[in-house]
Formats: sequence, C-alpha cells, structure tokens
Amino acid sequence: MSAVQAIQSCNEFVIKFANVNGSGSASANELFSRAIMRMGVPVAPRNVFPSNIQGLPTWYEARVSGQGWLGTRGGCDMMVAMNPQTWDRDVAAIDPGGYLFYDSSKAMPRSKFRDDITVLGVPLTAMCNQEYTDARQRQLFKNVMYVGALVALLDMEFDATATLITDRYRGKDKLIDANINALRIGYDYARQHLPCPIGLRVERSDKVGDRIFIDGNSACGLGAVYGGATVAGWYPITPSTSVIEAFSSYCRKYRTDPDNGRGRYAIVQAEDELASIGMVIGAGWNGARAFTATSGPGISLMQEFFGLAYFAEIPAVIFDVQRGSPSTGMPTRTQQSDLLACAYASHGDTRHVLLFPEDAYECFTMGAQAFDLAERLQTPVFVMLDLDIGMNEGLCAPFDWDDERRYDRGKLMSYEDLEAGKNFGRYLDVDGDGIAYRTIPGTHPTKGAYFTRGTTRNAYAKYSETGADYVYNMERLRRKFDTAKSLVPAPVLHNAAQPTRIGAIYYGSTSPAMAEAMALLEAQGVHVNTLRVRGFPFCDDIMQFIADHDYVFVVEQNESAQLRSMLINEGEIDPKRLVRVLHYDGSPITARFISKKIADAVSEHKISPIDQAKRKVAP
Amino acid sequence: MTYLAKPRLLTANAPRNALGYTRRDYEGAISTLCAGCGHDSISAAVVQACYDLDIEPHRVAKLSGIGCSSKTPDYFLGNSHGFNSVHGRMPSVLTGAALANRELIYLGVSGDGDSASIGIGQFAHAMRRGVNMTYIVENNGVYGLTKGQFSATADKGSKSKRGVVNNDSPIDLVALALQLGATFVARSFSGDKEQLVPLIKAALRHCGPAFIDVISPCVTFNNHAGSTRSYDYVREHNEAVNRVEVILPRDKIETTYPPGSLRRIVQHDGSILHLRKLAEDYDPSDRIGALNYLQGRQALGEIVTGLLYVGDGTQDMHGHLNTVDKPLNQLGDAYLCPGAKALEALNASLR
Ligand SMILES: Cc1ncc(C[n+]2csc(CCOP(=O)(O)OP(=O)(O)O)c2C)c(N)n1
Ligand code: SF4
Ligand SMILES: [Mg+2]
Repeated sequence: MSAVQAIQSCNEFVIKFANVNGSGSASANELFSRAIMRMGVPVAPRNVFPSNIQGLPTWYEARVSGQGWLGTRGGCDMMVAMNPQTWDRDVAAIDPGGYLFYDSSKAMPRSKFRDDITVLGVPLTAMCNQEYTDARQRQLFKNVMYVGALVALLDMEFDATATLITDRYRGKDKLIDANINALRIGYDYARQHLPCPIGLRVERSDKVGDRIFIDGNSACGLGAVYGGATVAGWYPITPSTSVIEAFSSYCRKYRTDPDNGRGRYAIVQAEDELASIGMVIGAGWNGARAFTATSGPGISLMQEFFGLAYFAEIPAVIFDVQRGSPSTGMPTRTQQSDLLACAYASHGDTRHVLLFPEDAYECFTMGAQAFDLAERLQTPVFVMLDLDIGMNEGLCAPFDWDDERRYDRGKLMSYEDLEAGKNFGRYLDVDGDGIAYRTIPGTHPTKGAYFTRGTTRNAYAKYSETGADYVYNMERLRRKFDTAKSLVPAPVLHNAAQPTRIGAIYYGSTSPAMAEAMALLEAQGVHVNTLRVRGFPFCDDIMQFIADHDYVFVVEQNESAQLRSMLINEGEIDPKRLVRVLHYDGSPITARFISKKIADAVSEHKISPIDQAKRKVAP
Repeated sequence: MTYLAKPRLLTANAPRNALGYTRRDYEGAISTLCAGCGHDSISAAVVQACYDLDIEPHRVAKLSGIGCSSKTPDYFLGNSHGFNSVHGRMPSVLTGAALANRELIYLGVSGDGDSASIGIGQFAHAMRRGVNMTYIVENNGVYGLTKGQFSATADKGSKSKRGVVNNDSPIDLVALALQLGATFVARSFSGDKEQLVPLIKAALRHCGPAFIDVISPCVTFNNHAGSTRSYDYVREHNEAVNRVEVILPRDKIETTYPPGSLRRIVQHDGSILHLRKLAEDYDPSDRIGALNYLQGRQALGEIVTGLLYVGDGTQDMHGHLNTVDKPLNQLGDAYLCPGAKALEALNASLR
C-alpha cells in the first residue's frame, strides 16, 4: 500500500462481486446482503448479468448505506474478484484506497495487483478441495466460504448470518450444517490470517425497520394475485419472465382449491406475444381479469391488439419490464424507453393508461390497482417498471391490504338490470364520464348480446360507417381518457427545504437516486422541488407544477426524453421550459449523475430565466 | 345456393325446438355479403345446427378474425355475444375467452386467408392446446374482402379470375389439424347442407378442438373455369367418405341401416354419432389412416369430405390446466384475494 490512505467507512460503502454466470454465486451474494440487513443496515443490491445462462461474467453490486440511499452510487470500495476472465478490469474498477478480495489458491504475479489498494487473499479453492470431494459442492461451498470470510473482514455478525442459513433451509438439517460449516471455515481463515476488521465495517443499526426485501417482478406477480387476475397469457422474455413465474408460484400457494387441488387461475405460455395479448383480450372480453408480462420486443409485437382493445374497450393489464434494445446484447440492462411505444401504442387515434411504480411496494399496489383501473375504464393498462426494479431485490415498505376492499368490476350491465328494462347501449355515454356499460357474454338470453368490433359502430354497437357515429365515439373516448386522469395514482410532490423556482420531474426506478441527488444538491445550496409522476394521463397537478417553476428538469432513463415529449404534447407546454436530464447507458441512473447535471445547469445558467409574464401555460 | 335470412315475420305456427325457439331466434343481422356467396350458406347451416341442438343462443360466444368469412358471425345468432377481432388472431382471442369461462360454447369462424396465411401460427397452436371449440374455416381459396388475391390454400396450378396461375403449394388445414391434435376433423362444402349441418352439430357437441374446413365458393372472385374452388368444380370432385347423423340422448333412435355400413360413436357429452359409410375402407378413428387416405385421394384430384377423424374428446385445455369447474370469470373476491393475514406472513418471510 502506497501513500493512498485505505478507505475507512462504517455502514457506507459499495462492494462488488465479480462472478462467473451459473456458478451458484447468486444465492451466496444474496445471503451476504440479507445478513447485513439483519443487522439493521440498509443494502441495495443489483445484478449486472449478460444475456447468457452459463460461463459468462456477471457482477453483483451491493451498496451498503446506513443513511438508507438505495440507488446505485457508482464507484467500488471493495471488489470480490472471483472471475479470472475479468480480473484486470475488476481490479482496475476499485477506487483508490479500496480493497481487493480474491482466491489466492494460485500464485499471481505482482503486476496483476495495484499499489493503491489493500489486497486480501483467501485460498478458497485449495480449502474447498481439501474439504469436499464432489465438484459441485466444491463450487457451491466456495461461495459460502467467501461470505464467511467477508463476515469476518467487515466485522459482521456471524450469528445473524448463520440464522439466515437456518431460516432458508428450515427442515433440511444436513444442508444447514454443511452451509454453516463452510461459512465457519471462511470466517476462521480470515480471522486467523487477515487483518480483521478492515477499514470497511458494518455496525448494527436500526435503519431497516419493518421493511421487506423483494424484487419488483415478484411483487407484480403478487399484485396480480391480490388484484384478482385469473388468466395470464405470456411468452418468455428477459427481464419480465419472473413476473409470470412469481404469479404462478403465488397462485399455487394461494389459489389452489383446498378441496380438490385444482387451480382458480389459468396460465398459458403462448406461442408468441401476439397470442399472449390475444388471450388476455379474449379473457378480458369474457369478464375475467387477465394480464401479460413482457418487455420492449413484445410490446412491439402486440401493437395491433392494443389498438383493438382500446377501440373495442376491453380491460387488459400489461406489465412492461423495460430493458434496452431489441435483440441480444442490452436486454439485461435497464431503461425507461418504452413510454411512447406504450402511451400511444397501435395505429389510429389511441392513447393508453400507464402506471409508473418506483419500487417493489408500488409494483404490488399498482399491480393490483391496474386490474381495477382496467375494468373501470374498460381499456388496457400498462404497468411500466424496468429491469432495475423488476429483477433486483430491494428494500421496500411491507405489503399491506385492506380486507374491506372489493374489486371494482366497473360498469357491468347485469341480468337484473336488463330484465328491469335498462337501456343498454354498449358504447352509449349515459353517465357523462365517457365510460359505457358492458355485458359479459352469457348474461341474458335475449337482451345483453352485442357484436364487438374494432371498427366503426354506433352507440348501440351496430355496424356503422357514418361520420357522426365515429365522431361521437371518439369524443366519448376522449372524455373517458379525461376521466382516467383522476383515477390513476396522483403525483408525489416533495418541496425543498427552501422556496425555489427550480423543479424536477421524474418517475419509476429513478426514485432512490433522485432522493439522494436532492440531498446532495441541498448540501451545495441548490434547492429543487420534485414531482414524481405515477400515472398517465397526466393530471392537472403535474401541469401546475410545471407552471409554478421557472426551470423544470425532466429526469429520465432513455435517450429521447420520452416523458418530456408526452408532457409537451399533452400539456401543450413550451419545449424550452422542460430541460432534459437523460441517462441511458443501460446502467441504473445515479445520484451523482443527476446532481451534477442539475448543478452544472444551474451554475452555468445554461437555461436562461423565463419571463413570468411571457410564459404561456395551458389552463 | 344462398338461403338468406328472410325478413322477420311473426309466424305463430312456425316450428319450435325444445326450448320454444323458432329458427328465427337463431338468425342475426341481414348479410351484406355478395348474393350467392358460399359463406351465407354456412351461416344458415350454423343457424339450423343450433336450432336442432336446442342450444340457448346466449350460451354461445362466436369469434372471428377479419375477412368476408369473419364478418358472418354478425349474420347468425343475434343473441350471442360476438367478437370480430383482428386478422389471423381469432384463435388466441377465443382461447382467452375459453379460459375465462369454460361453460360457454365457443364457435370460431375464420377464412382461409385468416387461418392459413396470416394466422397459420395461431391456428396451429389452438389445435395443439386442445381448446374446446368449433373452428370453421370458410375456405374459398382467395382473399374475398381484399378483392381476390390467392390465399395459402389455393391449389397449385389453379387460375385467378384475371388468369394468373398460382405456383405455390397449397396448405391443407385438414391435414394440419389432424397432425396437430384436433380431436374432431371434418371437411364439407357450403353447397351441401345435408352434409354440413350434421357436421356442425357433431362438432358443437364435441369436447375439445373440432375443426371443419368448409369449401365455400367466392362467387365474385373465384367461381370461374380454372378455379378449384368454384361451385362446379367442387360438385364434380366432391368425394364424401361418410354421412353423419347426430343423435342426442333425448332422441329415439329410429334410423336403420344395413349391418356393417353404420358406425356408432358415442361422444364425451353423451351424444351419439351415426356414421353411414360411403367409402368402404375409411376408418374415421384412425388419425394416421385419415392422413394417408386424404393425401392419396387428393393426388387423384378428389376433394375428400365428411367426418374425417373423431377421437375421444375427453380432456380439453381446462383439463390440462387443472382449473376449477366454476368459470374463472365468476369467482368472487373471497376466492381470489388471499387477504391481509396472508400478506403479513409473507412480509415476515421477506425480512
Ligand atoms: C393486419 C392486416 N393485414 C391485412 C388486412 C387486410 N385484409 C382484410 S381481410 C383479408 C383477407 C381475408 O381473406 P380470408 O380470410 O380468406 O377471408 P374471405 O374474405 O376470403 O372470406 C386481408 C388481407 C387486415 N385486415 N389486417
Ligand atoms: S367477395 Fe367473395 S367471399 Fe366476399 S362476400 Fe363476395 S363472394 Fe363472398
Ligand atoms: Mg378466403
């Protein structure tokens, strides 16, 4: 170690694990993160993995933050370098003064190390070879061993970690013993041979509270169960597949009829995304709550059907777990780049309801709410999450549910209504909110039937090519979309410590980085009010927020500033009033990035102040 | 050939079926298809079949894709919900509808362009999945609605109205349905009501995917000399292997046939199919034999019609998925939502 001081930090650091894909490291890394959380210290882990199953590099980054910052931070205080293939770049990635942990079974030339970091070697392979004969065991327990060594090095609680293992393998005593043994071997070695603890330390705290640790896709699947979904049509695609896997396993748990073991749900793996959305629409038309989960390429394929569902007014829920790019390469990276493709999906004058969850908690709540909205509005509803929240486990508020809550099945015309002689016009706006009544197939022998089509029809669903009928229908659909404004989740406003003319709008997975960025900026004396958009169509509060600020930054994880375009388009906002802050390299946006962009813009006066009098804002 | 819906007159003494419905109760809107279009005859056959079977019209869901053929569900069963979906994708929409409510009768109507061209993928997968439905393709060898282009079922060498010869090999949907696991496969001709009506009835009473390919001439674009889908051509080349009669459990069996010429098949729902043999060596329970027979005869230029295959329709998609008996669209909140307590336990396991 040269003149550079070794990093000293308690409960605030970033540790990265460089692994080989498919080596079983994922569960050991998760064990590590959970062990820290059991000590009451928040951790935000993220996977960086290639679009391959085995043999390629994969990284797991855990940000330990006693202050509770859950976004990616950037940088790396400690590298657990378990992949010889990526050794050079992994060693280079460590911040000066940081730490390198590696498997020292084989001697390495000095040139492979750096002078400005602390090197911590543990002969993991050698120890495993001595302890185990089976090749698979040698591999798996090597992972647990390095966790054991880290527990010692970072001054973590051995017992908290061991309890986790006991919980995980409850009922399988042999596995518990074997894992704890491996943990112990790593722990003891580090205690005997290495300077424990190092400058990075974990100290028990109470900052985790009652929060839970789960990934967004699982939360979506659970939300669909609680939201009453009974039909899922899907086609596998990263990063959305685990939404359906979660739905399936929660259904097995919660929706199996106790009397006969049969399912109160149906999941069909379709032949492609056209068929999966077709099934969802068929089921929605027939009165079941139905959904699909997909990503950008699937959204592209489903376009024609989205238009049909919009015009035929059929409830459908789509979970879009956004990722980068169409084909192999970026699919395992995160982006918020499907907003426009979803908001105005399909040909013709269409517009769709979007929801933007910020974390797994909202994946659950919005996931469930989407089904009420879809039936209330009789239209497709898109839950727009992304790979970052979808596929990474994270801390979020515990799930809750009000047992008094009943599903909002929307405007249904029942057998009794029809018998009582209620006027049934499938596309008739009786209430003035643009939403017409529908009947479910089979409702009434002679009064409820209608013929569903995407093309022109009159208010009574009879075929019509008359211009006036078409216009009536389009105006009603516009009213319906206006009604949606008050039904989608309201935006969340956060006012800065001091009054300010600067505002920033953001949404979805940008949330944790945004919160931290605001704290960083505040420390620099830059005050920014923020508004988190949670739904589309945009309610008036969002336009008011823009009107109330002189500078409005729109922070997004895409290249073309898609939310900004939508704000301009929907609110008839002068484009000059909305300043882009865009991050789109496929990694999650960071607080450092956001705060720097905003601070630079503010200090360099890149945006000229806007004359209050000249400003034109839509009412 | 068309027997179009006539204006609604209240005929007090019109015959009624067991439900008290007249044939008119099974009709729909007035057809807008060309006079003489084969598709209208198929609509009339559907009306007759549902009337004969005492089906409650509102217990039928009729779904279609896009095309002249796909417009027809508007022209029959006016008291059934209908869904004119998108081109080539009726099978997935029907599958979803069937998932939502296993108790309705699902009738899919499609064209040869809709099912064999743009929609061949969905056609194939719906058959594979064992969706409980009757799937009728109104096969005229062309795209009627877009003015007469060849479809994927057009025979190689057949001539378009403008004299263009089709060089591409045809797709035989019957052969595909047989290969892909449909448990009821038939072919008929819109001009042969005597054959078509019983086949539709048998299909409607079948459990599992029932497919009927109905040759249905397009009088406007494909009814000329040189076409292999014209009324004249089909009449001349039609080789029926059998004639079907559907006997419902309530019916008395009156027909008598000379021994050996009749085959009796009991369907899963108790309905009985009486098959009168026309081709001596044809066995409709032999899937592979059916494929061979079809291909042999087709090579000779024959259009083989009749009930070509019927297997044991005992399990459909819901059986494979092991779903509850009660339709999914009728399960109440209490059956679907695990509630707050379950969530608390789940939260605890996520810490
Ligand atoms: C995606 C799409 N592409 C093209 C069309 C135009 N189109 C309408 S009907 C049709 C062909 C219908 O042929 P077929 O299914 O054989 O029905 P027919 O009219 O012959 O009964 C086509 C190509 C469409 N509606 N949608
Ligand atoms: S164009 Fe052909 S298929 Fe279409 S309605 Fe006319 S005859 Fe029938
Ligand atoms: Mg056709």
